[in-house]
Amino acid sequence: MSDLLNLTALEAHEKMAAGDLSAAEYTAAWRQAAASDELNAYLWQDGDGADLAAIAVEQPRTAPIAVKDIFTTEGVPTTAGSRILEGYRPPYTSTAVRKLLEAGAPVLGKTNMDEFAMGSSNENSAYGPVLNPWDRERVPGGSSGGSAAVVAGGLAPWAIGTDTGGSIRQPAAFCGIVGLKPTYGSISRYGMIAFASSLDQCGPLTRTVKDAALLLGLLQGRDPCDSTSVGIEGGVSLPDREDLSGLRFGVPAELARDEFDSGVREVFEATLRKIEDLGGEIAEVALPSAEHGISAYYVIAPAEASSNLARYDGVRYGMRAGGDGDLIEMYETTRSEGFGDEVKRRIMLGTYALSSGYYEAYYGQAQKVRTRIAEDFSTAFSGVDFVVTPTAPSVAFKLGEKTADPLAMYLNDFFTVPMSLAGIPAISIPAGLAEPEGGGPKLPVGFQIAAPAFAEQRLLDAAHALEKGIGFDARPGGADG
Amino acid sequence: MIERDQVLHVAKLARLRLSEEEVERMVGELSGILDHVDRIGNLDLEGVEPTSHVVALENVLRADEPRPSLPRDVALASAPEPQDGAFRAPSPQAE
Repeated sequence: MSDLLNLTALEAHEKMAAGDLSAAEYTAAWRQAAASDELNAYLWQDGDGADLAAIAVEQPRTAPIAVKDIFTTEGVPTTAGSRILEGYRPPYTSTAVRKLLEAGAPVLGKTNMDEFAMGSSNENSAYGPVLNPWDRERVPGGSSGGSAAVVAGGLAPWAIGTDTGGSIRQPAAFCGIVGLKPTYGSISRYGMIAFASSLDQCGPLTRTVKDAALLLGLLQGRDPCDSTSVGIEGGVSLPDREDLSGLRFGVPAELARDEFDSGVREVFEATLRKIEDLGGEIAEVALPSAEHGISAYYVIAPAEASSNLARYDGVRYGMRAGGDGDLIEMYETTRSEGFGDEVKRRIMLGTYALSSGYYEAYYGQAQKVRTRIAEDFSTAFSGVDFVVTPTAPSVAFKLGEKTADPLAMYLNDFFTVPMSLAGIPAISIPAGLAEPEGGGPKLPVGFQIAAPAFAEQRLLDAAHALEKGIGFDARPGGADG
Repeated sequence: MIERDQVLHVAKLARLRLSEEEVERMVGELSGILDHVDRIGNLDLEGVEPTSHVVALENVLRADEPRPSLPRDVALASAPEPQDGAFRAPSPQAE
């Protein structure tokens, strides 16, 4: 049985196609593994539900998948980690999930997440935090923490999540797996519950870069239901590059003075040497506006969120409270009881930034910073093929360590937010282990590689070669038996 | 820096009712975040075009053809209080 679970998703996919693997047996083995979740990573799992015809896959043709609970699935509970959507069963299925079902990937379950994808630790879920499979006293990262934990913890072969400012890459780094945020517009957002619409993007969380390439190929494409979707021209093929010769990797000069954990810095620098060993060239680039990324992001994302979340009003779906009073009282009671602290904080922040008298100073200015950051990357890419940074400033931190200080939590997104604002693709691959500041067993460190818009193929090819060169094979102890 | 009165005003705009404890906490937390965010207020960005959207797309159109929409019973299935084929909500005016 465990031999089956050791296959990568791609290996299983190819064995099924060749008739060397029973899809039913393989899927059943994963359902059994998923059922042993002790990490609070799944909010819902598919058993043999009779009323789930909408997500049924008659004949599986590829590995079953875990889906972040932000994707609507017809007839299947979809909460976005919020109390306000408890018990909600959407009347339609998101394009991303529909494409997976059409490709023959059964849905294993829906994964836990920070409420409405707002968070970097998964502690903002209304359904309790997800535990990191490497150390259950630590966070898995967020907001796609459930999707990262199931892949790292042996509870799913692969998963999808969403990334607005780092919500795929940072949990992938904290859990020692691969996480890819594709170019904005690669994958349809239809049926992906909106947080910040100009930034939100679906993407894969997988064990290997090849698995990420296979999954991106299944997900990408233009969708008439999302007018901002364009797809990836020419599709995605499996990477098979062995070296990095002829490729230039830009390291932001600003990294020298940025503050982050020494263990993360050591792994980052060792990875740069590995790039050179593989024939790649390291160059310095300047991203002078990137340091303002957090400020711009925490204006733009909450502003868009405050507008997107206006729809939760207790009228058409979801929770209603205070229905005995007048309409305004019902709205206020529903939203006050239905939303958690972080969501309220972002709605307040966004409403303030968009309010009369402050709009130009905050939202207008943040949009100009966004332009500057995108220009920084364009300039950098005129001299290098990729820009590389650590994925996060630290390894996975302890549960409760940052919950009292929202700004400290936001600063965790320092390295991932600039790529989100520029809309460009970026991947995090596990690069090694480092001891947390304050001591303790070693934990995974992610290495982030960013590429120009729609250069996913080049990005995956290079990430694959580097992944092979690094040879990261550490696994969480004890979580999967 | 944000004052208590502003927090109460913004909460009203956002249709949130905050407890006294939440108002206190929000004043401190939002002030801390805004102090950080205010760093971009001092940047000289005169003449820089704002970016609202990163993909160069305009006027994405489709044929204007009638097609079925969600059946009424399906649309109402998740409503907290459906009545007579419609969404029921409290009156805007207190009784």
